Amino acid sequence: MTGTSGAKADARKRIAARGAQELREGMYVNLGIGIPTSVPSFLDPDVSVVLHSENGLLGIGGFPAPEDEDPDTINAGKEPVTLAAGAAVFDSALSFAMVRGGHLDLALLGGMQVSATGDLANWRTAGKLIKGMGGAMDIVRGARRVVILMEHTAQDGGAKLVRHCTLPLTGKGVVDRVITELGVFDITGQGFVLRELAPGTTADEVRGRTDAPVTVDMRRPWGAAWN
Amino acid sequence: MNKVTDAREAVADIRDGASLAVGGFGLCGIPMDLIDAIADRGVHGLRVVSNNCGVDGWGLGVLLDAGRIARMTSSYMGEHAEFGRRFRSGELEVELVPQGTLAERLRAGGAGIPAFYTPVGAGTDLASGGIPLRHAPDGSVAAHAPAREVRVIDGAEVVLERAITCDFGLVHAAVADTVGNLVFHSSARNFNPLCAMAGRITIAEAESIVPSGTLDPDHIHLPGIFVQRVVRARATTPKRVERRAVTAP
Repeated sequence: MTGTSGAKADARKRIAARGAQELREGMYVNLGIGIPTSVPSFLDPDVSVVLHSENGLLGIGGFPAPEDEDPDTINAGKEPVTLAAGAAVFDSALSFAMVRGGHLDLALLGGMQVSATGDLANWRTAGKLIKGMGGAMDIVRGARRVVILMEHTAQDGGAKLVRHCTLPLTGKGVVDRVITELGVFDITGQGFVLRELAPGTTADEVRGRTDAPVTVDMRRPWGAAWN
Repeated sequence: MNKVTDAREAVADIRDGASLAVGGFGLCGIPMDLIDAIADRGVHGLRVVSNNCGVDGWGLGVLLDAGRIARMTSSYMGEHAEFGRRFRSGELEVELVPQGTLAERLRAGGAGIPAFYTPVGAGTDLASGGIPLRHAPDGSVAAHAPAREVRVIDGAEVVLERAITCDFGLVHAAVADTVGNLVFHSSARNFNPLCAMAGRITIAEAESIVPSGTLDPDHIHLPGIFVQRVVRARATTPKRVERRAVTAP
Protein backbone atom coordinates (compact mmCIF):
# COMPACT_ATOMS: atom_id res chain seq x y z
CA MET A 1 0.00 0.00 0.00
CA THR A 2 2.85 2.36 0.83
CA GLY A 3 4.25 1.80 -2.64
CA THR A 4 0.93 2.62 -4.26
CA SER A 5 0.37 5.82 -2.30
CA GLY A 6 4.02 6.78 -2.89
CA ALA A 7 3.53 6.37 -6.63
CA LYS A 8 0.36 8.45 -6.42
CA ALA A 9 2.17 11.22 -4.55
CA ASP A 10 4.98 11.14 -7.12
CA ALA A 11 2.48 11.38 -9.97
CA ARG A 12 0.77 14.37 -8.38
CA LYS A 13 4.13 16.05 -7.78
CA ARG A 14 5.16 15.48 -11.37
CA ILE A 15 1.88 16.97 -12.63
CA ALA A 16 2.23 20.03 -10.38
CA ALA A 17 5.84 20.59 -11.47
CA ARG A 18 4.88 20.46 -15.15
CA GLY A 19 1.85 22.63 -14.41
CA ALA A 20 4.10 25.31 -12.93
CA GLN A 21 5.73 25.71 -16.37
CA GLU A 22 2.41 26.99 -17.73
CA LEU A 23 2.90 30.16 -15.67
CA ARG A 24 4.74 32.96 -17.47
CA GLU A 25 6.02 36.30 -16.34
CA GLY A 26 3.28 38.84 -15.64
CA MET A 27 0.31 36.48 -15.85
CA TYR A 28 -2.83 36.81 -13.72
CA VAL A 29 -3.61 33.25 -12.65
CA ASN A 30 -6.28 31.38 -10.70
CA LEU A 31 -5.26 28.12 -9.05
CA GLY A 32 -7.98 25.64 -8.11
CA ILE A 33 -8.17 23.15 -5.28
CA GLY A 34 -6.31 19.85 -5.59
CA ILE A 35 -3.06 19.42 -7.49
CA PRO A 36 -3.03 23.11 -8.59
CA THR A 37 -2.72 24.18 -4.94
CA SER A 38 0.85 22.84 -4.83
CA VAL A 39 1.95 24.51 -8.09
CA PRO A 40 3.50 27.64 -6.45
CA SER A 41 6.17 25.55 -4.73
CA PHE A 42 7.42 24.46 -8.19
CA LEU A 43 7.38 27.94 -9.69
CA ASP A 44 10.65 29.36 -11.04
CA PRO A 45 11.53 32.19 -8.58
CA ASP A 46 12.41 34.44 -11.52
CA VAL A 47 8.85 34.23 -12.86
CA SER A 48 6.53 36.66 -11.18
CA VAL A 49 2.78 36.08 -11.51
CA VAL A 50 -0.25 37.51 -9.69
CA LEU A 51 -2.47 34.89 -8.07
CA HIS A 52 -6.22 35.56 -8.00
CA SER A 53 -8.47 34.19 -5.28
CA GLU A 54 -12.20 34.08 -6.03
CA ASN A 55 -13.16 35.46 -2.61
CA GLY A 56 -11.69 38.83 -3.50
CA LEU A 57 -7.88 38.89 -3.61
CA LEU A 58 -5.33 39.61 -6.32
CA GLY A 59 -1.79 38.97 -5.17
CA ILE A 60 -1.88 36.03 -2.77
CA GLY A 61 1.38 35.66 -0.84
CA GLY A 62 2.66 32.68 1.14
CA PHE A 63 1.10 31.16 4.23
CA PRO A 64 1.61 33.17 7.44
CA ALA A 65 3.33 32.03 10.61
CA PRO A 66 0.62 31.11 13.15
CA GLU A 67 1.14 34.33 15.12
CA ASP A 68 0.70 36.41 11.94
CA GLU A 69 -2.61 34.85 10.87
CA ASP A 70 -5.39 37.28 9.98
CA PRO A 71 -8.78 35.52 9.91
CA ASP A 72 -9.96 38.26 7.52
CA THR A 73 -7.34 37.28 4.92
CA ILE A 74 -8.03 33.83 3.52
CA ASN A 75 -7.81 32.02 0.18
CA ALA A 76 -10.59 30.18 -1.64
CA GLY A 77 -9.73 27.06 0.38
CA LYS A 78 -10.50 29.13 3.52
CA GLU A 79 -6.88 28.97 4.73
CA PRO A 80 -5.20 32.11 6.11
CA VAL A 81 -2.75 33.58 3.61
CA THR A 82 -0.64 36.72 3.33
CA LEU A 83 -0.93 39.43 0.73
CA ALA A 84 1.97 39.88 -1.70
CA ALA A 85 3.39 43.33 -2.48
CA GLY A 86 1.03 45.03 -4.91
CA ALA A 87 -2.00 43.03 -3.77
CA ALA A 88 -5.56 44.34 -4.04
CA VAL A 89 -8.78 43.33 -2.28
CA PHE A 90 -12.35 43.71 -3.59
CA ASP A 91 -15.84 42.28 -3.36
CA SER A 92 -17.12 39.03 -4.89
CA ALA A 93 -18.95 40.69 -7.81
CA LEU A 94 -15.78 42.48 -8.91
CA SER A 95 -13.80 39.29 -8.39
CA PHE A 96 -16.04 37.41 -10.82
CA ALA A 97 -16.17 40.36 -13.20
CA MET A 98 -12.43 39.76 -13.57
CA VAL A 99 -13.13 36.08 -14.14
CA ARG A 100 -16.03 36.30 -16.61
CA GLY A 101 -14.68 39.37 -18.34
CA GLY A 102 -11.68 37.46 -19.68
CA HIS A 103 -9.13 39.30 -17.57
CA LEU A 104 -7.50 36.20 -16.10
CA ASP A 105 -4.75 34.86 -18.33
CA LEU A 106 -4.85 31.33 -17.00
CA ALA A 107 -6.71 28.98 -14.69
CA LEU A 108 -5.13 25.74 -13.48
CA LEU A 109 -7.84 23.46 -12.12
CA GLY A 110 -8.36 19.88 -11.04
CA GLY A 111 -10.62 17.52 -12.99
CA MET A 112 -12.64 14.32 -12.80
CA GLN A 113 -13.26 13.92 -16.55
CA VAL A 114 -12.21 15.87 -19.65
CA SER A 115 -13.75 15.08 -23.03
CA ALA A 116 -12.13 15.18 -26.47
CA THR A 117 -14.11 18.37 -27.18
CA GLY A 118 -12.87 20.11 -24.04
CA ASP A 119 -15.88 19.51 -21.79
CA LEU A 120 -14.92 19.45 -18.11
CA ALA A 121 -16.59 17.59 -15.25
CA ASN A 122 -15.14 18.42 -11.85
CA TRP A 123 -17.88 19.41 -9.42
CA ARG A 124 -20.07 16.45 -8.64
CA THR A 125 -20.37 12.74 -9.19
CA ALA A 126 -23.63 10.94 -9.79
CA GLY A 127 -25.33 9.86 -6.58
CA LYS A 128 -22.73 11.12 -4.14
CA LEU A 129 -23.10 14.01 -1.71
CA ILE A 130 -23.27 17.28 -3.64
CA LYS A 131 -21.10 20.01 -2.14
CA GLY A 132 -21.70 22.69 -4.75
CA MET A 133 -19.86 24.12 -7.72
CA GLY A 134 -18.38 27.11 -5.88
CA GLY A 135 -16.65 29.31 -8.45
CA ALA A 136 -15.62 26.53 -10.84
CA MET A 137 -18.35 27.08 -13.46
CA ASP A 138 -17.52 30.79 -13.63
CA ILE A 139 -13.76 30.29 -13.83
CA VAL A 140 -13.79 27.65 -16.61
CA ARG A 141 -16.08 29.85 -18.69
CA GLY A 142 -14.20 33.08 -18.08
CA ALA A 143 -10.45 32.45 -17.92
CA ARG A 144 -8.69 33.01 -21.24
CA ARG A 145 -6.89 29.68 -20.96
CA VAL A 146 -7.96 26.65 -18.91
CA VAL A 147 -5.44 23.93 -18.11
CA ILE A 148 -6.53 20.87 -16.16
CA LEU A 149 -4.06 19.14 -13.83
CA MET A 150 -5.22 15.66 -12.94
CA GLU A 151 -4.12 12.06 -12.68
CA HIS A 152 -4.50 10.21 -15.95
CA THR A 153 -6.91 7.62 -14.63
CA ALA A 154 -9.35 7.40 -11.72
CA GLN A 155 -8.77 5.51 -8.48
CA ASP A 156 -10.47 2.43 -9.99
CA GLY A 157 -8.33 2.64 -13.15
CA GLY A 158 -11.15 4.11 -15.23
CA ALA A 159 -10.24 6.63 -17.92
CA LYS A 160 -10.56 10.35 -17.12
CA LEU A 161 -9.70 11.49 -20.65
CA VAL A 162 -12.86 10.38 -22.46
CA ARG A 163 -14.87 10.80 -25.67
CA HIS A 164 -17.86 12.18 -23.76
CA CYS A 165 -18.12 13.03 -20.07
CA THR A 166 -20.57 10.86 -18.17
CA LEU A 167 -20.49 13.09 -15.07
CA PRO A 168 -22.40 16.40 -14.90
CA LEU A 169 -20.47 19.14 -16.67
CA THR A 170 -18.80 22.15 -15.09
CA GLY A 171 -18.29 23.70 -18.51
CA LYS A 172 -18.80 22.74 -22.15
CA GLY A 173 -15.88 23.12 -24.54
CA VAL A 174 -13.80 25.05 -22.03
CA VAL A 175 -10.54 23.09 -21.62
CA ASP A 176 -7.43 24.03 -23.64
CA ARG A 177 -4.91 21.58 -22.21
CA VAL A 178 -4.67 18.62 -19.85
CA ILE A 179 -1.52 17.69 -17.93
CA THR A 180 -1.32 14.22 -16.39
CA GLU A 181 1.56 12.13 -15.08
CA LEU A 182 1.76 10.53 -18.55
CA GLY A 183 1.87 13.60 -20.73
CA VAL A 184 0.61 16.94 -21.97
CA PHE A 185 -2.51 16.96 -24.18
CA ASP A 186 -3.96 19.85 -26.13
CA ILE A 187 -7.65 19.84 -27.02
CA THR A 188 -7.95 20.66 -30.71
CA GLY A 189 -10.62 20.28 -33.38
CA GLN A 190 -9.18 16.77 -33.80
CA GLY A 191 -9.61 15.82 -30.14
CA PHE A 192 -6.70 15.01 -27.80
CA VAL A 193 -3.27 15.75 -29.24
CA LEU A 194 -0.29 14.42 -27.29
CA ARG A 195 2.32 17.19 -27.15
CA GLU A 196 4.73 15.84 -24.54
CA LEU A 197 5.30 12.36 -23.24
CA ALA A 198 6.53 11.79 -19.69
CA PRO A 199 9.77 9.88 -19.19
CA GLY A 200 9.27 6.14 -18.87
CA THR A 201 6.02 5.92 -20.80
CA THR A 202 5.01 5.36 -24.40
CA ALA A 203 2.29 6.65 -26.70
CA ASP A 204 0.82 3.13 -26.69
CA GLU A 205 0.51 3.18 -22.89
CA VAL A 206 -1.17 6.57 -23.10
CA ARG A 207 -3.64 5.28 -25.70
CA GLY A 208 -4.35 2.20 -23.60
CA ARG A 209 -5.33 4.34 -20.62
CA THR A 210 -7.33 6.93 -22.58
CA ASP A 211 -10.94 6.38 -23.65
CA ALA A 212 -10.73 8.56 -26.76
CA PRO A 213 -8.49 8.77 -29.83
CA VAL A 214 -5.09 10.38 -29.19
CA THR A 215 -3.16 12.03 -32.03
CA VAL A 216 0.59 12.26 -31.51
CA ASP A 217 2.15 15.56 -32.49
CA MET A 218 5.03 16.03 -30.08
CA ARG A 219 6.39 19.50 -29.61
CA ARG A 220 9.15 18.89 -27.10
CA PRO A 221 10.32 16.44 -24.49
CA TRP A 222 8.64 16.42 -21.07
CA GLY A 223 9.26 19.56 -19.09
CA ALA A 224 11.64 21.21 -21.57
CA ALA A 225 11.50 24.96 -21.19
CA TRP A 226 9.55 27.01 -23.67
CA ASN A 227 11.65 29.09 -26.04
CA MET B 1 -29.57 60.94 11.22
CA ASN B 2 -28.26 58.18 13.45
CA LYS B 3 -28.70 54.52 12.45
CA VAL B 4 -26.98 52.97 15.47
CA THR B 5 -28.99 50.50 17.52
CA ASP B 6 -28.32 47.22 19.35
CA ALA B 7 -28.41 43.74 17.82
CA ARG B 8 -31.59 42.62 19.56
CA GLU B 9 -33.49 45.74 18.49
CA ALA B 10 -32.05 45.57 14.98
CA VAL B 11 -33.45 42.08 14.25
CA ALA B 12 -36.75 42.51 16.16
CA ASP B 13 -38.87 42.68 12.97
CA ILE B 14 -37.34 39.58 11.32
CA ARG B 15 -40.26 37.13 11.31
CA ASP B 16 -40.95 33.52 10.32
CA GLY B 17 -40.35 32.93 6.62
CA ALA B 18 -38.22 36.07 6.14
CA SER B 19 -35.61 36.12 3.38
CA LEU B 20 -32.07 37.09 4.41
CA ALA B 21 -29.00 37.94 2.30
CA VAL B 22 -26.05 37.18 4.56
CA GLY B 23 -22.47 38.26 3.83
CA GLY B 24 -19.37 36.15 4.32
CA PHE B 25 -17.19 33.57 2.59
CA GLY B 26 -16.77 30.49 4.75
CA LEU B 27 -16.39 31.96 8.24
CA CYS B 28 -14.65 35.09 6.95
CA GLY B 29 -16.62 38.33 7.23
CA ILE B 30 -19.79 36.77 8.65
CA PRO B 31 -22.21 38.85 10.79
CA MET B 32 -21.96 36.48 13.76
CA ASP B 33 -23.60 38.73 16.37
CA LEU B 34 -26.62 39.35 14.13
CA ILE B 35 -26.93 35.60 13.50
CA ASP B 36 -26.86 34.98 17.25
CA ALA B 37 -29.50 37.66 17.80
CA ILE B 38 -31.78 36.03 15.20
CA ALA B 39 -31.22 32.62 16.81
CA ASP B 40 -32.35 34.13 20.13
CA ARG B 41 -35.60 35.32 18.50
CA GLY B 42 -36.63 31.76 17.67
CA VAL B 43 -37.94 32.49 14.16
CA HIS B 44 -38.42 29.60 11.71
CA GLY B 45 -38.71 28.97 7.99
CA LEU B 46 -35.95 31.42 7.05
CA ARG B 47 -34.94 31.64 3.41
CA VAL B 48 -31.26 32.46 3.37
CA VAL B 49 -29.02 33.57 0.51
CA SER B 50 -25.35 33.18 1.42
CA ASN B 51 -22.33 31.78 -0.39
CA ASN B 52 -21.92 29.08 2.29
CA CYS B 53 -23.83 28.10 5.41
CA GLY B 54 -21.19 28.25 8.12
CA VAL B 55 -19.98 25.09 9.80
CA ASP B 56 -21.55 22.90 12.46
CA GLY B 57 -22.26 25.20 15.40
CA TRP B 58 -20.85 28.44 13.98
CA GLY B 59 -21.92 31.12 11.54
CA LEU B 60 -25.19 30.31 9.77
CA GLY B 61 -24.66 26.78 11.08
CA VAL B 62 -26.18 28.06 14.35
CA LEU B 63 -29.51 28.68 12.58
CA LEU B 64 -29.28 25.64 10.33
CA ASP B 65 -28.50 23.20 13.13
CA ALA B 66 -31.50 24.52 15.09
CA GLY B 67 -33.80 23.85 12.13
CA ARG B 68 -34.58 27.54 11.55
CA ILE B 69 -33.68 27.58 7.83
CA ALA B 70 -36.09 26.21 5.21
CA ARG B 71 -34.18 27.19 2.09
CA MET B 72 -30.60 28.07 1.19
CA THR B 73 -29.25 29.69 -1.97
CA SER B 74 -25.50 28.99 -1.98
CA SER B 75 -22.57 28.07 -4.20
CA TYR B 76 -20.88 25.65 -1.83
CA MET B 77 -21.96 23.54 1.15
CA GLY B 78 -18.40 22.54 1.93
CA GLU B 79 -17.72 20.30 4.83
CA HIS B 80 -20.77 21.32 6.84
CA ALA B 81 -22.06 17.86 7.75
CA GLU B 82 -25.45 18.97 9.05
CA PHE B 83 -26.11 21.01 5.91
CA GLY B 84 -25.62 17.90 3.75
CA ARG B 85 -27.69 15.73 6.05
CA ARG B 86 -30.65 18.13 6.07
CA PHE B 87 -30.46 18.57 2.29
CA ARG B 88 -30.43 14.84 1.59
CA SER B 89 -33.26 14.12 4.05
CA GLY B 90 -35.55 16.72 2.48
CA GLU B 91 -35.60 19.04 5.51
CA LEU B 92 -33.86 21.77 3.57
CA GLU B 93 -34.24 23.08 0.02
CA VAL B 94 -30.96 24.16 -1.56
CA GLU B 95 -30.56 26.19 -4.72
CA LEU B 96 -26.97 25.76 -5.90
CA VAL B 97 -25.67 28.71 -7.88
CA PRO B 98 -22.23 29.35 -9.41
CA GLN B 99 -20.40 31.74 -7.11
CA GLY B 100 -19.97 34.57 -9.59
CA THR B 101 -23.57 34.25 -10.71
CA LEU B 102 -24.67 34.46 -7.06
CA ALA B 103 -22.62 37.62 -6.54
CA GLU B 104 -24.00 39.20 -9.71
CA ARG B 105 -27.62 38.22 -8.91
CA LEU B 106 -27.30 40.01 -5.56
CA ARG B 107 -25.64 43.02 -7.15
CA ALA B 108 -28.33 43.12 -9.84
CA GLY B 109 -31.06 42.93 -7.21
CA GLY B 110 -29.61 45.91 -5.41
CA ALA B 111 -29.02 47.75 -8.68
CA GLY B 112 -32.53 47.38 -10.11
CA ILE B 113 -31.62 44.96 -12.90
CA PRO B 114 -34.33 42.23 -12.82
CA ALA B 115 -32.34 39.64 -14.80
CA PHE B 116 -29.23 39.29 -16.95
CA TYR B 117 -27.63 36.89 -19.41
CA THR B 118 -24.35 35.18 -18.53
CA PRO B 119 -22.29 32.52 -20.31
CA VAL B 120 -21.69 30.69 -17.00
CA GLY B 121 -23.40 27.31 -16.91
CA ALA B 122 -24.27 27.23 -20.63
CA GLY B 123 -24.23 23.64 -21.87
CA THR B 124 -24.41 22.20 -18.34
CA ASP B 125 -27.33 20.87 -16.30
CA LEU B 126 -27.54 24.26 -14.60
CA ALA B 127 -29.03 25.52 -17.89
CA SER B 128 -31.03 22.36 -18.67
CA GLY B 129 -32.49 22.07 -15.17
CA GLY B 130 -30.79 18.96 -13.77
CA ILE B 131 -29.36 20.11 -10.44
CA PRO B 132 -31.17 18.65 -7.40
CA LEU B 133 -33.14 21.25 -5.43
CA ARG B 134 -35.00 19.11 -2.91
CA HIS B 135 -34.83 15.50 -1.78
CA ALA B 136 -37.56 13.19 -0.52
CA PRO B 137 -37.16 11.70 2.98
CA ASP B 138 -35.81 8.49 1.37
CA GLY B 139 -32.98 10.49 -0.21
CA SER B 140 -34.27 10.40 -3.79
CA VAL B 141 -34.45 13.69 -5.68
CA ALA B 142 -37.93 15.21 -5.28
CA ALA B 143 -37.36 18.35 -7.37
CA HIS B 144 -34.70 19.76 -9.65
CA ALA B 145 -33.87 23.42 -10.09
CA PRO B 146 -35.77 24.77 -13.10
CA ALA B 147 -34.13 25.05 -16.52
CA ARG B 148 -32.89 28.50 -17.49
CA GLU B 149 -33.92 30.39 -20.58
CA VAL B 150 -31.02 30.03 -23.04
CA ARG B 151 -30.30 32.11 -26.12
CA VAL B 152 -27.39 32.83 -28.41
CA ILE B 153 -25.81 36.28 -28.22
CA ASP B 154 -22.79 37.14 -30.38
CA GLY B 155 -22.46 33.47 -31.31
CA ALA B 156 -22.26 32.16 -27.73
CA GLU B 157 -24.91 30.40 -25.65
CA VAL B 158 -25.91 32.41 -22.58
CA VAL B 159 -28.38 31.70 -19.76
CA LEU B 160 -30.86 34.05 -18.15
CA GLU B 161 -30.33 34.57 -14.42
CA ARG B 162 -32.79 36.38 -12.15
CA ALA B 163 -31.78 39.06 -9.67
CA ILE B 164 -32.03 38.38 -5.94
CA THR B 165 -33.51 40.75 -3.40
CA CYS B 166 -34.25 39.84 0.21
CA ASP B 167 -36.30 41.22 3.09
CA PHE B 168 -33.11 41.81 5.05
CA GLY B 169 -29.41 42.14 4.31
CA LEU B 170 -27.06 41.14 7.15
CA VAL B 171 -23.44 42.17 6.85
CA HIS B 172 -20.20 42.52 8.78
CA ALA B 173 -17.88 45.51 8.37
CA ALA B 174 -14.64 46.63 10.00
CA VAL B 175 -15.80 50.21 10.47
CA ALA B 176 -19.18 51.93 10.18
CA ASP B 177 -20.06 55.52 10.79
CA THR B 178 -23.30 56.54 12.45
CA VAL B 179 -25.04 57.05 9.07
CA GLY B 180 -24.12 53.57 7.80
CA ASN B 181 -21.15 54.22 5.54
CA LEU B 182 -19.04 51.05 5.68
CA VAL B 183 -15.38 50.11 5.40
CA PHE B 184 -14.43 46.45 5.11
CA HIS B 185 -11.13 44.73 5.86
CA SER B 186 -9.21 42.54 3.42
CA SER B 187 -11.03 39.43 2.11
CA ALA B 188 -13.76 39.87 4.75
CA ARG B 189 -15.38 42.21 2.21
CA ASN B 190 -16.44 39.32 -0.13
CA PHE B 191 -20.26 39.18 -0.42
CA ASN B 192 -20.96 41.85 2.22
CA PRO B 193 -21.45 44.91 -0.03
CA LEU B 194 -23.64 42.85 -2.40
CA CYS B 195 -25.83 41.47 0.39
CA ALA B 196 -26.19 45.00 1.74
CA MET B 197 -27.39 46.19 -1.67
CA ALA B 198 -29.83 43.26 -2.06
CA GLY B 199 -31.54 43.76 1.31
CA ARG B 200 -34.67 45.92 1.51
CA ILE B 201 -33.60 46.57 5.11
CA THR B 202 -29.90 46.09 5.71
CA ILE B 203 -28.36 45.67 9.13
CA ALA B 204 -24.61 46.11 9.42
CA GLU B 205 -22.57 45.00 12.41
CA ALA B 206 -19.21 46.75 12.64
CA GLU B 207 -16.13 46.23 14.77
CA SER B 208 -16.01 49.95 15.43
CA ILE B 209 -18.47 52.79 14.93
CA VAL B 210 -17.25 56.33 14.36
CA PRO B 211 -19.16 59.62 14.17
CA SER B 212 -20.55 60.70 10.81
CA GLY B 213 -17.99 62.91 9.07
CA THR B 214 -15.00 60.99 10.43
CA LEU B 215 -14.45 58.66 7.46
CA ASP B 216 -12.69 60.04 4.41
CA PRO B 217 -15.40 59.93 1.68
CA ASP B 218 -12.76 58.63 -0.74
CA HIS B 219 -12.21 55.61 1.48
CA ILE B 220 -15.81 54.46 1.97
CA HIS B 221 -16.40 51.02 0.40
CA LEU B 222 -20.21 51.01 0.68
CA PRO B 223 -22.27 54.21 0.94
CA GLY B 224 -24.74 54.39 3.82
CA ILE B 225 -27.78 54.61 1.52
CA PHE B 226 -27.62 50.77 1.42
CA VAL B 227 -27.57 50.44 5.22
CA GLN B 228 -30.57 51.13 7.48
CA ARG B 229 -29.30 49.92 10.87
CA VAL B 230 -25.84 49.81 12.43
CA VAL B 231 -24.85 47.59 15.35
CA ARG B 232 -21.57 47.43 17.26
CA ALA B 233 -20.09 43.93 16.96
CA ARG B 234 -19.10 42.45 20.32
CA ALA B 235 -15.35 42.53 20.87
CA THR B 236 -15.67 39.13 22.53
CA THR B 237 -17.02 37.35 19.43
CA PRO B 238 -14.07 35.41 18.01
CA LYS B 239 -13.16 35.35 14.32
CA ARG B 240 -12.68 31.71 13.55
CA VAL B 241 -10.29 30.22 11.02
CA GLU B 242 -11.99 27.37 9.16
CA ARG B 243 -8.88 25.60 7.90
CA ARG B 244 -5.12 25.90 7.98
CA ALA B 245 -2.62 24.98 5.31
CA VAL B 246 -0.99 21.63 6.04
CA THR B 247 2.51 22.98 5.63
CA ALA B 248 3.62 26.48 6.52
CA PRO B 249 6.63 27.57 4.45
